[in-house]
Amino acid sequence: MAARRNIPVGLLFILCSLTFLIATNTHETTSTSEHPDKAVNLPEKSTETGGQTTEQPAVEERQWEPTEFQEETVNDAAAEKQDATPPETTTTSAGAHPKDDFQEELVIRPLQSGDVYASFQFRTLWETDFMKGNKVSHYRLFPKSLGQVISKFSVRELHISFTQGYWRTMQWGQPFMPSPPGAELWVWFQDSVTDVDGTWKELTNVLSGIFCASLNFIDSTNTVQPSASFKPLGIGNVTDHRFLRYATLPREIVCTENLTPWKKLLPCGSKAGLAVLMKSEKLFHSSFHSQAVHIRPVCQDSECTTTSWELRQTLNVVFDLHTSGQGKREWSLFKMFSRTLTEACPLASSSKIYIDITDNPQGEQFELTPATHLLSQAVVLGDRRTFSVYDLTEANTFGSMRSLNLKTRPKSGGYIHYQPSKDRVRPHLLEMLVQLPPNSVTEVTVQFERALLKWTEYTPDPNHGFYVGSSVISALVPSMVAMDTNNTKERPLFSSFFPCKEESSYFVRIYTEPLLVNLPTPDFSMPYNVICLTCTVVAVGYGSLYNLLTRSFQIEEPNPRLAKRIANVIRRLRGVPPLA
Amino acid sequence: MAAPLTVVLIVAVTVRACLFRSSLADLIAERVEVVSPLNAWKRVVEGLALLDLGVSPYSGDVFHETPLIIYLFHFLVDYAEITFMVSSLSSHIVLYCLLLSLIVTSCCLFVDRYLLNPFTVLSCVAKSTCGLNNAIVALFILSTIKKNALLSAIFLALSTYQSIYPVTLCAPAVLYLLQRQYIPVNVRWASFWWFLLQYAFMYLGSLFVIICLSFFLLGSWDYLPSVYGFILSVPDLTPNIGLFWYFFAEMFEHFRLFFLCVFQINVFFYTIPLSIKLKEHPVFLIFMQLAVISIFKSYPTVGDIALYMSFLPVWSHLHRFLRNIFLVSCVLLACSALFPVLWHLWIYSGSANSNFYYAITLLFNVAQILLVSDYFYAFLRREHHLTYGLYLKRKDGSEATLVLK
Repeated sequence: MAARRNIPVGLLFILCSLTFLIATNTHETTSTSEHPDKAVNLPEKSTETGGQTTEQPAVEERQWEPTEFQEETVNDAAAEKQDATPPETTTTSAGAHPKDDFQEELVIRPLQSGDVYASFQFRTLWETDFMKGNKVSHYRLFPKSLGQVISKFSVRELHISFTQGYWRTMQWGQPFMPSPPGAELWVWFQDSVTDVDGTWKELTNVLSGIFCASLNFIDSTNTVQPSASFKPLGIGNVTDHRFLRYATLPREIVCTENLTPWKKLLPCGSKAGLAVLMKSEKLFHSSFHSQAVHIRPVCQDSECTTTSWELRQTLNVVFDLHTSGQGKREWSLFKMFSRTLTEACPLASSSKIYIDITDNPQGEQFELTPATHLLSQAVVLGDRRTFSVYDLTEANTFGSMRSLNLKTRPKSGGYIHYQPSKDRVRPHLLEMLVQLPPNSVTEVTVQFERALLKWTEYTPDPNHGFYVGSSVISALVPSMVAMDTNNTKERPLFSSFFPCKEESSYFVRIYTEPLLVNLPTPDFSMPYNVICLTCTVVAVGYGSLYNLLTRSFQIEEPNPRLAKRIANVIRRLRGVPPLA
Repeated sequence: MAAPLTVVLIVAVTVRACLFRSSLADLIAERVEVVSPLNAWKRVVEGLALLDLGVSPYSGDVFHETPLIIYLFHFLVDYAEITFMVSSLSSHIVLYCLLLSLIVTSCCLFVDRYLLNPFTVLSCVAKSTCGLNNAIVALFILSTIKKNALLSAIFLALSTYQSIYPVTLCAPAVLYLLQRQYIPVNVRWASFWWFLLQYAFMYLGSLFVIICLSFFLLGSWDYLPSVYGFILSVPDLTPNIGLFWYFFAEMFEHFRLFFLCVFQINVFFYTIPLSIKLKEHPVFLIFMQLAVISIFKSYPTVGDIALYMSFLPVWSHLHRFLRNIFLVSCVLLACSALFPVLWHLWIYSGSANSNFYYAITLLFNVAQILLVSDYFYAFLRREHHLTYGLYLKRKDGSEATLVLK
């Protein structure tokens, strides 16, 4: 009896030890593939995670020195900067994982009108292939949700932006990343996709969930396939526009609900690095707010032997200092974002802040504190601008002179592609290739008619009107400075977004204001009444014609007196012939 | 006879030329009472522009004309005004010849009603292709009256090809031609069936030829859903003087198809009862059918109304039996004046809403129905008096009153 009892106990003991052994083994191997968000909660925890990589036998000890920050000084312009001893960044060994790299930067440019333009860019580069058969499951810096979107929907390029406000080009110059008001999504699919429209529909719904935005309103009535513009920004010389889809939702409003999932896609989240500054109560209290996600394949080197996937998350904000109660033109990072920078994101290979000091070469307009001797010059939007750089990790130097080189541009013939709309199926698409003569004004006018829709097709606020999305102008503008055509060279993020094909011109994309059109509305309270009244009129016609068709003329007999009539009724009942 | 006709023509041409040259032409061309999505000139121009651009004119939702119209105006687009004026004048001349052969009395003072009718003038100045439709219908009626069955079938096929509804005019045409050939309308007579077959063959044959020609002109069948599908399914709810637009703007989605079928059947439904009742009077049947089509079609305009109103002088002898003519004419005049006013108040001033315009539409259509049924009543009454005498007496010798029972 005892032996019988002992056997199950023994088996149980063996099972427990086996599971314990297996668990310890997997714990070591899975620790390296933990989600980056969970991995970096606090600096202390990241030390432990970094130390648990199986490839490194020696556990790295990283000392986090207390960061000292200076109080904001009252100057004409002050920038706040944390002097942090750059901690050693976690290096990933090439071992089993493809190489991935994360960079973050913030560009602050004071504008002519006194506003401040802040542009965040976060770039993750990952040498992997989503398209091959092997499923990618070890996500580190690249967010898993977007990786799965790319592989499931065979996306080649994805560009999505959410914007609140309209960019005032006359007062603010050109933005680094143009975007139209509302939401804009354009996607290039891989050649292997058979049903592009179905994939597009699923993709918009999934993105709607990821970004907590109502992108599910994108359907065939607001999707187009441009044939001349929106060429791929990454590698790939596709010319088949069947795989391109473009949609815009001008009514879409951006709020904290959209910012939160966007921030979650970053490797450090909003806990470390530049993303710490992104707090919604200040970000949305601005004149212009735009957040975007761009995914595209890029070449790693100039011969393009290896390609990697690039994910760029950008956030452009324009703060109006006058509304925030600041009389003088002074700003600080704390005043703009109501947060201070503590340290760089430990997973970032570079973390920099650029302040545009082109308008202030000798320091006569404003003064930056803490001062820095690191200067960088970059050519952006056809103009050479000088930036003072604050490197949150370690110092780098950029810049060298480019040589001027002129090239004649080939003349392009006029090209017009027009796809008229079908009611309730697809929108109008008008694409024109125009050569604009200098010092002139070109007007494009379109005649339109307002339509009356069915009463169920109006939005709940029909008197607000209907939005017509922004027009897009994509142009190659002659550059005053030679642009660098080597796109794989190391450059600041803000000047390397649009690939440069020629030295003498740069690419610019401008969005116009959306149009708000007031349509005539029927009376929404009247469906029953209208149906009854119209059917009455039709019945009047039917009744008159029926009478005239089925009856004939007879001589009218006068009606007998009442008593006689009653008597006739009784006689008829009795079966007796009636009175005369 | 010729002198008044020439005078009328000169006056009409002058009026139209003045209006074409003035700024009113653009204003009139935009009025929703005068043009509809089916026959607006702006859409013809748009379709021609799309054709030049290499895009099929039917790929969008703007152009709903038939391919023959495209090719007609491909050559005539620069002479559009002259084309419409010529078509207007030719319809008038045709109607004039028609009415001369139809009018019972010698009272020809009102034969110029078509050309000088303000509705016709508006339709012509707006360059609405309704004028071309009217010309074809007038030619059809003239060829029927002149006992030319082949031409009648061809013009009827052309007219049906333009808009589907004139197919109901087959019945009066056949009845008239049978009458003229002294073939009684009796299903037992073989000659009746033989003639019916001949006419149907001519009609269907020419229709088939025209449709195939359109296919070869543009190389695709795209125009079938764009033209006929559009007429029958009424997707465009632009306000007009008809009953369809507001009804389907406010219709519950669940019942849309049902009511669409009801309203479209309503146009074709009166053919058989009217033909049975009026088989001895096919000319009046043509008038009744034209009136029913103009009132109940999906996109009516004032041009359609002008066509059947131009027939009213033929029955000027019925005036003594008309009961509501004063009311009807007042209502029609008042509604015609109120249409632009309430449109302006709704769309531009914003102080009225769509219900105002809709109410006037209802009233206008009730007045038209009253007019048509009044003329029908007068016709039937006159027939009764022709049979039984004008002054009727009751059994006791007192004056009798006639009622419909």
